Amino acid sequence: MHPALFYIFAILAVAGAVALVCFRNPVSSAMAMVASFVGLAALFVGLNAFFVGVIQILVYAGAIMVLFLFIIMLLDLRVEQKAHYRGPIVAAGVLLPALFLIQLLGVLQNMPAEDPEPLALREASRQFYNPDIESPSEQSVIYQSLSDRKDPSLPDVHLVGNTLFMRYNFPLQVVGVLLLVATVGVVALSKKAAPGTAKPPQ
Amino acid sequence: MDPFWLFLIFPFAAAAAIQLGLKRNARLSAFVSTLSVAATFVLSVVFLGSDNPNSHFNWATTSGFSIQIGLQLDALSRGMMFVVTGVGLLVHVFSLGYMKDDDGKARYFCGLSIFMFSMTGIVLADNFIMMFIFWELVGFSSYLLIGHWFQKDSAADAAKKAFLVNRIGDFGFMIGILMLWGLAGSFVFDSMELPAQGPLLTAAMLLVFCGAVGKSAQFPLHVWLPDAMEGPTPVSALIHAATMVAAGVYMLFRLQFSVGADLFANASGEIIAWIGAGTALLAALMATQQDDIKRVLAYSTLSQLGYMIMAVGLAGHHGLTAGEAGMFHLYTHAWFKALLFLGSGAIIYACHHEQDIWKMGGLAKRMRGTTATFAIATAALIAVPYLVSGFYSKEEILMQTLSHGHVTPLFFVAVFVAFLTPFYMTRLFIVTFLGKPRSHGAEEAREVPTVMLLPLLILAVLSVVAGFKPIAGMFSAMDPRHGHHDGAALVLAASAGTLVAGVLLGFLVYRRRDADPLASNALFKVFRNKFYIDEAYAKVVRFGQDAVAAIAHFFDEFLINGLLVGGLSRGAAGFGNLFRRLQSGNLQGYAILFAIGILLVIYLTVFMTP
Amino acid sequence: MTDLHHYLFVSGLLFAIGLAGVIVRRNIIVIFMCLELMLSAANLTLVAFSRFHTVNGLPDYNGQVLVFFIITVAAAEVAVGLAIIVALYRARQTVDVNDLTSMRG
Repeated sequence: MHPALFYIFAILAVAGAVALVCFRNPVSSAMAMVASFVGLAALFVGLNAFFVGVIQILVYAGAIMVLFLFIIMLLDLRVEQKAHYRGPIVAAGVLLPALFLIQLLGVLQNMPAEDPEPLALREASRQFYNPDIESPSEQSVIYQSLSDRKDPSLPDVHLVGNTLFMRYNFPLQVVGVLLLVATVGVVALSKKAAPGTAKPPQ
Repeated sequence: MDPFWLFLIFPFAAAAAIQLGLKRNARLSAFVSTLSVAATFVLSVVFLGSDNPNSHFNWATTSGFSIQIGLQLDALSRGMMFVVTGVGLLVHVFSLGYMKDDDGKARYFCGLSIFMFSMTGIVLADNFIMMFIFWELVGFSSYLLIGHWFQKDSAADAAKKAFLVNRIGDFGFMIGILMLWGLAGSFVFDSMELPAQGPLLTAAMLLVFCGAVGKSAQFPLHVWLPDAMEGPTPVSALIHAATMVAAGVYMLFRLQFSVGADLFANASGEIIAWIGAGTALLAALMATQQDDIKRVLAYSTLSQLGYMIMAVGLAGHHGLTAGEAGMFHLYTHAWFKALLFLGSGAIIYACHHEQDIWKMGGLAKRMRGTTATFAIATAALIAVPYLVSGFYSKEEILMQTLSHGHVTPLFFVAVFVAFLTPFYMTRLFIVTFLGKPRSHGAEEAREVPTVMLLPLLILAVLSVVAGFKPIAGMFSAMDPRHGHHDGAALVLAASAGTLVAGVLLGFLVYRRRDADPLASNALFKVFRNKFYIDEAYAKVVRFGQDAVAAIAHFFDEFLINGLLVGGLSRGAAGFGNLFRRLQSGNLQGYAILFAIGILLVIYLTVFMTP
Repeated sequence: MTDLHHYLFVSGLLFAIGLAGVIVRRNIIVIFMCLELMLSAANLTLVAFSRFHTVNGLPDYNGQVLVFFIITVAAAEVAVGLAIIVALYRARQTVDVNDLTSMRG
């Protein structure tokens, strides 16, 4: 990734995050969050993680942000009425993250800086070669894409899918159950109790 | 399985059948119960001539220690079984008439069957554990039967009192059993080794005696027996005159018989004898001033039980013969006292449940059969020489109070009781049967039906003949008349003299009276009020409760509430208050703490580890 | 060139800003957004390590799968969290955490 692009998107992400924290209007905050996540997604893409970058946009900047906006609109939230912030809280809010950053810098200092190794696509393609299949055109997409003579490319989605379904199949199912539970939970939470059956939550 | 387990199975099966199914059919329940006791009576007659079978199985076993349930049918238990089932059968038959129209007839007969089961268990037990279990069961069935008319407060209270007083004795009994086990090495009577004399043995014997004090109603735990007269009269005859109250005597003699009379050859024997004598004297004095016909008989029972206990206690001096004298008296007393109680039951039944002797009178003309049998029983109790069984057994007991033909203090006590007995029995007999009817109920009295009269007649025959040598000889363990005694002439003179004196005095005082001429006498007032023992107990119990309550209150209020619970709770509350400040309920505060936590974790994991 | 340090620093910075938001802000929805930001910052770290620690010439996809799971769980969490906030708002008519102090000990 070109350093200029890195800095542009990194600054976008950080600026979005700062704006998220600083805007008083929750709608503005939500927009700032989208900006920040777009920057993050670009950084993911720059790290060759295309799939993750895309779902970052789709899930966060798309679905979740819409959900937030929807709730903000639903609850009809205005700018925070009481604008004054208490001093000690603000001080803690600055000091603690600052301490965290100092710790992070301390860690990074003891870590050798390393540039990203170039991806060795053609070498990597060997592990996906299936010797039982003779015709090269019937080999897996991953193999074909990695070993393409003219323009080898990283089949990122295929590789993520391969890992997900081959190695993390069971956790994937569990996550599916988790989503189901979340759906049921949300329905149960947002369902208004029928009159007379139970007290509303206090 | 040996056939004599049927002794236990019959009454138990009857009780179970009545309780579980036959309850609704009172007539059938009564029949089943009576049938079971008849069967056990036949069994006890069949086994009378057998040798000494015994049979047992292990009930609970742990390493090196086992509790067994076992029956032994030796000479002693054979005789006792005959008495128990014989009186039991007659009482059952009598009850058929007496309880004919009672609402709780099925419950009553169920209780009787449980009692027969428990009493059989005591008699046949070959070890202390089993005896203790049945000992408690007897108390339980006694509770059921005393409280049969539980609608009456007095009956419910009397049942409770009997149970609680027995608990005191049984607690000592249990400790005594355990101590004796420690000393003698076994619960089984036959394999108990006679332990060496010493203070421990004396203490153990006295604690075991505690059980007898409770069950046989000896001073100072005698207070429950007179109150137990609240139960139906046949119950009083069976349980509180003939069998259960004799269990204490039987248990003590069982020890002498199976382990050895030397167990009593220490201070414990002396104490037991004196407690027996004291009870005999106190109860006889109290009996002179009771107006309730059943209470007179109850105190008379206490007095006679005192005699038996005294005789058993004297075994330390005279060996097994003394205990045999006690058992002999138990055996004859069972018949004539059951007869007295059943007779009083017949009178009460005829007089429409009137129990005050001063409201009776003139019954001799109206109830000839009952009067005749009652007279025979009275003769047996006051020991008319040579004619009746009571004479022989009382003679033997008086003999035991002599020491090598010389008088002892116990002898005078016993003789004085022998004077009081004819006195109060003459009073009872004259007031109840002679003179004119003093109430409407007495005027209307008619002879009781045959089903009730028949047991009276049988018992009357037994009261006369039971003491004769050929009959008593069948129960070898209960007949002390072997060998020669010194002082027989002295005893005969004393008992005949006291008999004549007592009857004469009673006759002179109570002839043609409508009220007790002695009632206003200060001394007799004390007797009438039972020496104020019940009142004293109530005071002591109340004082003790108050004291315990005060101590408990102190502990509760200051030690537990103030220091332990209170201190802990105040400490917890203090800590809680301290940490409550952290629980501000403010999300931002939690976030700050959370962030501090993260920083600490990072610091400790990254920077502290090399 | 951009090395691992840059990515980690950006990630840490985002995390710190999110943390500051959680501490300082009082609107519970904004706090929730800041939490999401912190999660995403962690995702950046994972993806960066995934790229910089290549396995057989390819990025380490275990890390990216973990990111995938985190995003999924975060989506579920947002759905449930927002439902709770709505229920809370129905009961209390507020989203200011300073007004939600019924847990005070």
